[in-house]
Amino acid sequence: MTKPRRKLVEVRNLKMYFPIHAGVLRRHVGDVKAVDDVSFDIFEGETLGIVGESGCGKSTCGRAVLRLYDITDGSIKIDGVEIGSKSQSALRKLRPTMQMVFQDPQASLNPRMTVAGIIGEPMDEHTDWSKARKLERIYELMDAVGLNRNFVNRYPHSFSGGQRQRIGIARALALNPKFIICDEPIAALDVSIQAQVVNLLEELQDRLGLTYMFISHDLSMVRHIADRVAVMYLGKFIELAPRDALYAEPLHPYTQALLSAVPDPDPASEERVERIILKGDVPSPANPPQGCNFCNRCPKVMDICREIDPEFRELESGHFVACHLYNDAGQTGASRHEHTQQGEDA
Amino acid sequence: MTETAKAAPFSPDEAFRPPRNQWWDVWDQFKYHRGALAGLAVFVAIIVFVTIGPLIWQVDPGAINIRSRNQGMSMTYPLGTDQLGRDMLARLMYGGRISVAVGLVAMFLGLVIGTLIGVVAGYFKVFDSPLMRLTDLFLALPLLPLLLILVALFRDPLETMFGQAMGVFSLIVFAIAITSWMQTARIVRGDVLALKEREFVLAARSIGTPSLRINTRHVLPNVLSPIMVSATLGIATAIITESALSFLGLGFPPDFPTWGRILYDGRDWIEQYPSRVVWPGVLISLTVLSVNYIGDGLRDALDPRIRGR
Repeated sequence: MTKPRRKLVEVRNLKMYFPIHAGVLRRHVGDVKAVDDVSFDIFEGETLGIVGESGCGKSTCGRAVLRLYDITDGSIKIDGVEIGSKSQSALRKLRPTMQMVFQDPQASLNPRMTVAGIIGEPMDEHTDWSKARKLERIYELMDAVGLNRNFVNRYPHSFSGGQRQRIGIARALALNPKFIICDEPIAALDVSIQAQVVNLLEELQDRLGLTYMFISHDLSMVRHIADRVAVMYLGKFIELAPRDALYAEPLHPYTQALLSAVPDPDPASEERVERIILKGDVPSPANPPQGCNFCNRCPKVMDICREIDPEFRELESGHFVACHLYNDAGQTGASRHEHTQQGEDA
Repeated sequence: MTETAKAAPFSPDEAFRPPRNQWWDVWDQFKYHRGALAGLAVFVAIIVFVTIGPLIWQVDPGAINIRSRNQGMSMTYPLGTDQLGRDMLARLMYGGRISVAVGLVAMFLGLVIGTLIGVVAGYFKVFDSPLMRLTDLFLALPLLPLLLILVALFRDPLETMFGQAMGVFSLIVFAIAITSWMQTARIVRGDVLALKEREFVLAARSIGTPSLRINTRHVLPNVLSPIMVSATLGIATAIITESALSFLGLGFPPDFPTWGRILYDGRDWIEQYPSRVVWPGVLISLTVLSVNYIGDGLRDALDPRIRGR
């Protein structure tokens, strides 16, 4: 596999906290740490898959990277331009380079707009093309995503889920973006339609040289589409590796558990699979446990895990993991131990 | 479903039908709503009656003829005369002008204020609390004392500025609008709060649509249904409030006929001459009813999900 190694997206220490206000005076009593100190790069032309269970912050991470939220802290560079601290009005001009495909095609299309209106909206916002030129582009995009040109006057309610998702993809492509965040684009679709949409996304990537950040909880689908895969747990990246390395040899205990849960279509091998069953629930992101976020469910938990948050570091080339199992725990742990406050387990 | 039937065969002539103005779709649906068409016909008839009618039936609505008072229907007086011998038909025509104008303008103004406050309060969190407390304040204000003060303070300056009729008209329209926008604002705010969390608004933000256009393009069209409902109800309330004001002597002076005033004038004679009350009553009801039906049809026609059923 030949990969161009230019970094299109660079995210450093991204934090997205949602404040909790309580009491009569609506005082700020804490934060939901939806995305907590996440750093990663996405190379041009590749697909970075992000997996994790519900509520772990995948979607928030995607939306924060596009600055649909005002992030708490951190830096985001897209195509060399720092957007982490830009105001929304300044971001407006940069929006064409980065687009998003949403999870629920039913909810992400305005029920009162026709297909032409929906696909044409980005052009209305960012270009001063004539009506005829816009229409030409709309038809071009509809052809590209496999929608019949007849549908141009129809409203979203008269489409099936897969067709709606195609409309969503056409809208995202309208301004020739470089980077598209696919926020669980297939989660709301039937399996047969999922394959169509994923194939369409891959085809468009080949043709237009797109870069994807593909958020999903469908591990098999991510394995199919992604070049590199990141695993999220409770607002943090715990493992990030090239696809084959991750699926062949998951390092983090959570990744191992996650991958052992993937069903196998072959009944013979399916019976032999040893499932790692995790106990307990995901802790609240408002009140994560001290030390490693995973320490209260980890089957290989050690003492140090309850005290120190493991560093997200590169173990082999391109394979990042945040786990004490792979740190030469004694030294790195002890040196930072003194700085860490001893406290009760959350 | 007509829509599937229409679009199913991929006929070549339809294939390259360019997008057309969405109002054509609205009209296509509207003309199949019988109630709405009937309402539209009645409303147009009323408008013609009050605007073109006086040009054909050229009788002074204020001309007093004591000798021929309290007459029934006849060729000279098609709808009879009132207790001062004034021609009822002419009075109804002239009265209709004012009543319909007050109803429409006050409703429109109230709607604009209500929608604006509702959208701003719902969309921008900082304004939510102040604007909603303002709405509560207006809801808690006793209507009549407020109107009394308004009239006492502003009637004379407005009359010197715009002349008697326009002065009173603007005062009454303003007074009715300022006291009737609150329900609209509440309803719109509630809907906007729910709408702005929908994914298509987020999608518009990711495209880079500024807040103003998100509101006009995505939020407002989707709150049109409740706005339509309060509009059609508002026009009735406005006409009736105007009558009540005239009755209290706060509205138009007695020599200006309005439907409300004709109705109240006829009230004392309701037993001897019921037609005196029936005619303005019927006209007010017809106006309100026709506007209601138009609003109903429009609301259905504006919703693409209902369209084509």
